[in-house]
Amino acid sequence: MIVQSLAFYLFAAILVASAVMVITARNPVHSVLFLILAFFNAAGLFVLIGAEFVAMILVIVYVGAVAVLFLFVVMMLDINFRELRAGTLQYLPIGITVGLVLLVELALVLGTWVVSPDLATVAAAPTPTPDQVTNTHALGLLIYTHYAYLFQAAGLILLIAMIGAIVLTLRSREGVRRQNISNQVSRRRDEVVAIRKVPTRGGI
Amino acid sequence: MEIGLAHYLTVAAIVFTLGVFGIFLNRKNVIIILMSVELILLAVNINLVSFSVFLNDLVGQVFAMFILTVAAAEAAIGLAILVVYFRNRGTIAVDDINMMKG
Repeated sequence: MIVQSLAFYLFAAILVASAVMVITARNPVHSVLFLILAFFNAAGLFVLIGAEFVAMILVIVYVGAVAVLFLFVVMMLDINFRELRAGTLQYLPIGITVGLVLLVELALVLGTWVVSPDLATVAAAPTPTPDQVTNTHALGLLIYTHYAYLFQAAGLILLIAMIGAIVLTLRSREGVRRQNISNQVSRRRDEVVAIRKVPTRGGI
Repeated sequence: MEIGLAHYLTVAAIVFTLGVFGIFLNRKNVIIILMSVELILLAVNINLVSFSVFLNDLVGQVFAMFILTVAAAEAAIGLAILVVYFRNRGTIAVDDINMMKG
């Protein structure tokens, strides 16, 4: 139990520290790297709490896809970040105010909130004990039966996001020679071949 | 001391607040703002998963997965819009995004 507490405090401390670094780092590449660290530690918290599948999905999706996407964009765009940071202190007071108000509100909610004792009996999908089925197995049983349509809808959202990203960033640049298959196929012989009568010793 | 639901909710609350604070702190840089949104979604996910585990209800983890899906889609679309915007204007400062004003 003491090991679990220590692990929790370690993961939580690194998570909060790297979240601070994400929003304060001067170099956006460092921000992205600290974001990856934050995701890894959140995944550690999830493993600690017994939600292994969500933890692994978090690592795969966030670290493997989203953070790398951020890294690509940060590194491929030639942005003057020094200029962007100018004047940020101007909005620091209102930012601190909003943050503190939010934190106090969350603390108030947390302090006064109690779980209803009969809530355990109304669980929509009670978690099986680990010796019956694993977390991944139980989640799969739930998703592919009760939440199959929502699962398909999530897939559609990803498809739309993919198509949208491709449509947004696709561009046809001027001056680049590309193969245009419909033009090639629709060429007629009389458009491109001219038959000339060439006189002897005359040339064209 | 036993690690309970309150510990996880506190961590999530701190991360959420840091995400909101990051939007104000870096309000010119769209990339950092998007990363702050990711932090906020991460905090929401921590909340959902910890409630799911401590209330012994698996649906919370299903919700967390769907939030993950939406977050990935949002990041992809947001960054695509950012790339197009940078291509058109040569900057990503939020203050300059006023082409659509009437």
